[in-house]
Amino acid sequence: MLVEIGHFALVLALSMSFVQGTLPIIGAHYNKQSWMALARPTALLQLMLILISFVALTIAFLGSDFSLKIVVNNSHTLKPLLYKISGVWGNHEGSMLLWVLILAIYGGAIATWGKNLRPALRARVLSIQGLLGFGFMLFILFTSNPFDRISPAPINGQDLNPLLQDPGLAFHPPLLYLGYVGLSTTFSFAVAALIEGKVDPVWARWVRPWALVAWGFLTSGIVLGSWWAYYELGWGGWWFWDPVENASFMPWLAATALLHSAIVLEKRDTLKSWTVFLAIIAFALSILGTFIVRSGVITSVHAFASDPGRGVFILALLVITIGTAFVLFGWRAPLLKGSNLFQPISREGGLLINNFLLTVASASILLGTLYPLFIDVLELGKISVGAPYFNAVFVPLMTPMILIMGLAPFMTWKRADILVGMSKLKIAGILSILVFIGVWFIKDKATVLASFGIGVSAWLFLATLSELKNRINLFGIPFKESINKLLRQPRGSWGMTLAHSGLAIAVAGMTASSAWKVESIQNMNTGNSINVAGYEFKLEDVRQVRGPNYLATRGIFAVSKHNSNKIIMKPEKRIYAVSQQPTTEAAIEPTLLGDLYIVIGDKNKDGSYITRIYFNPLVPWMWFGAILMVLGSIVSLTDRRYRIGAPSSRKMLRQSTSDPVESINT
Amino acid sequence: MKPVYFLPAIGFVIVVIYLVKGLELAQERAPSFIPSVLINTPVTNFNLDAISGQQRGLSYSDLIGKVSIVNVFASWCEACKFEHKMLMRIKTNGRIPIYGINWKEKDRSSGPAWLRRYGNPYRLIGDDPNSVGAIAFGVTKAPESFVIDRKGFIRLKRTGPITPEYWENKMLPTIERLINQ
Repeated sequence: MLVEIGHFALVLALSMSFVQGTLPIIGAHYNKQSWMALARPTALLQLMLILISFVALTIAFLGSDFSLKIVVNNSHTLKPLLYKISGVWGNHEGSMLLWVLILAIYGGAIATWGKNLRPALRARVLSIQGLLGFGFMLFILFTSNPFDRISPAPINGQDLNPLLQDPGLAFHPPLLYLGYVGLSTTFSFAVAALIEGKVDPVWARWVRPWALVAWGFLTSGIVLGSWWAYYELGWGGWWFWDPVENASFMPWLAATALLHSAIVLEKRDTLKSWTVFLAIIAFALSILGTFIVRSGVITSVHAFASDPGRGVFILALLVITIGTAFVLFGWRAPLLKGSNLFQPISREGGLLINNFLLTVASASILLGTLYPLFIDVLELGKISVGAPYFNAVFVPLMTPMILIMGLAPFMTWKRADILVGMSKLKIAGILSILVFIGVWFIKDKATVLASFGIGVSAWLFLATLSELKNRINLFGIPFKESINKLLRQPRGSWGMTLAHSGLAIAVAGMTASSAWKVESIQNMNTGNSINVAGYEFKLEDVRQVRGPNYLATRGIFAVSKHNSNKIIMKPEKRIYAVSQQPTTEAAIEPTLLGDLYIVIGDKNKDGSYITRIYFNPLVPWMWFGAILMVLGSIVSLTDRRYRIGAPSSRKMLRQSTSDPVESINT
Repeated sequence: MKPVYFLPAIGFVIVVIYLVKGLELAQERAPSFIPSVLINTPVTNFNLDAISGQQRGLSYSDLIGKVSIVNVFASWCEACKFEHKMLMRIKTNGRIPIYGINWKEKDRSSGPAWLRRYGNPYRLIGDDPNSVGAIAFGVTKAPESFVIDRKGFIRLKRTGPITPEYWENKMLPTIERLINQ
């Protein structure tokens, strides 16, 4: 019965989204208030209906209702509670339902918090949001209905893929979708603006918080996925340039660019069509990601239940939504003229260069991801594009970007004196060169490139701190006044300081863990010990352990450095009872300078075990840096400017001519 | 009208054309998207020992001169149990011999025990603890089945269990075509 309610609610939501997608936008065109007013209630009703549908499916999973096909394929009575819930989105059909739920949540959020929007703009934005929901709900109901029954119902299910039975991965999809789908809001704003032929700083002010929300979620989703790959796949790596990873990274780069160009648009009333373009491309890349993951067009280790039949539908959605948006862009964008000019050497200039670098990086990742497909279609053979290509392209693009990232906040709007900026960064510059040379000399096996990478990250970190110091005029005015200034900094500025320094720390982690990883593979008997990276690893015991739905071989390692305190580490190799699939659970001990990482493998004939021991330098820095970046977006969102309504025209005027030292807010 | 603003739309159209083509390719290759590089190539020479309780193992020369099915199975493979009933049906049908490769058994007695329990659909079985046979056929996972023609060429590959639909719609027609050649 509950299942029928869920199914029915979804059908109702579909019809609701159709009303939401048509009447308000038509009403906005003919200026019919009553039609426009339909946007908010329909958006909220649609959200409620999808929520009912989603809850019904979740209850089916919780109660192990094996008359539902999706529950049979992805659940089992013995499965722990958390994974019964995450099983809802650990498969194609359920994850699509989560997708439209999140789409409706964003629609509902705009309806709730968008009271200050111009009614016509709000009606258009919500209508576009409704049309997106309509398309994706059609997709679910026609090709991937989670409420399909199976008859006769089996006694038990086939269990969720054991690799997915992990806390990191339970939360990874919802966060990632909150990011992906969050970009639908900026897309809707962009298309609505194109229809109106009007983009102004007020529009940018409305777009920025949504872009920030999406960016924050996307960042945390990607990082959580990377963290999962790091500890669950047992290779000691955290990024593999796999098509599915790239699918999440491309919209992230585009969203990062969007976030910054919207700042320029808000403050300086320029870069209009560029900002709109980024808003479209960011969401286009999101849908493209969905297509890549679910259509089977590109072979990926992530192999979702891929099905070309579904691919046709998603491709059609991609063509209709993004195709329309781009044609609209070609037609209307020439109308969007910026009112302010700027010199190449200015804060706008710096932001634009970085925008450009981010976009080029995103495009080259797209090229690398689709290249095997191009070659395949042109019948030139089968190839795969791997890490060497991506590293060769990505690193040279990001290096100048990070260098400019340090400098740009010191430049004034409109026109800047680069020498003034440089002079304020003298100390940061000298220190980071010292770091570069220092690492190169002290660290054995240090290549110039890796040391340079550390130097670059030091530059960004120090430059970001100098910018903060400069803003509060530390040492220039009495200390107490500086502290007062520090406390009065707008949240948006704090957001930038956090996010930029977070990136600096993360870059150090990425560089070090790629360049100086220590790896040792050997056979070990109980009682054996081995030295890796200055630590002694002793295999004390191997035990068989029984978990709720798996059996595990657990190694007990005692790890110590120079006979200091022993740490016990327990890597496991699990065999899941239902699917008989093995998974590795690496044991990880984070230290300030890196992770100790142990994987236990198969038992040899002589009774010894294959063990892999890694020292992954500065990996914890990466996670810490990422947390700072997400924190930056949260802090920025709490900025006062977003809580007050749309600015009056007088406030606007002041805004656009504000003093040059005002920071850019991330 | 400024053409430059239509550049994104044009770029988008080009990408979409490739995606459509790619989708067509993916559809042709469904349900298994991994192309078998060994299709239409001869099986390389191999020689596998007998599993315990059997007189003879399986070697390359056993496959020459008649159309046959080679099936890779293991006692640890859940889907093989599912497939087993279908193999017994094919055996009863009697039109085509099935040869088995017992792949990567941890315990040498579990393969024979499995056959005692469920029945033996195979004419000959090779023991393959070190994946020698599996490599000769390019096996990626169990169960996997191959249709071999008289000259010892691989003509069809099935990854996953042979379902009744697959047998009737794809495998049997291929076998009949090869027998009548």
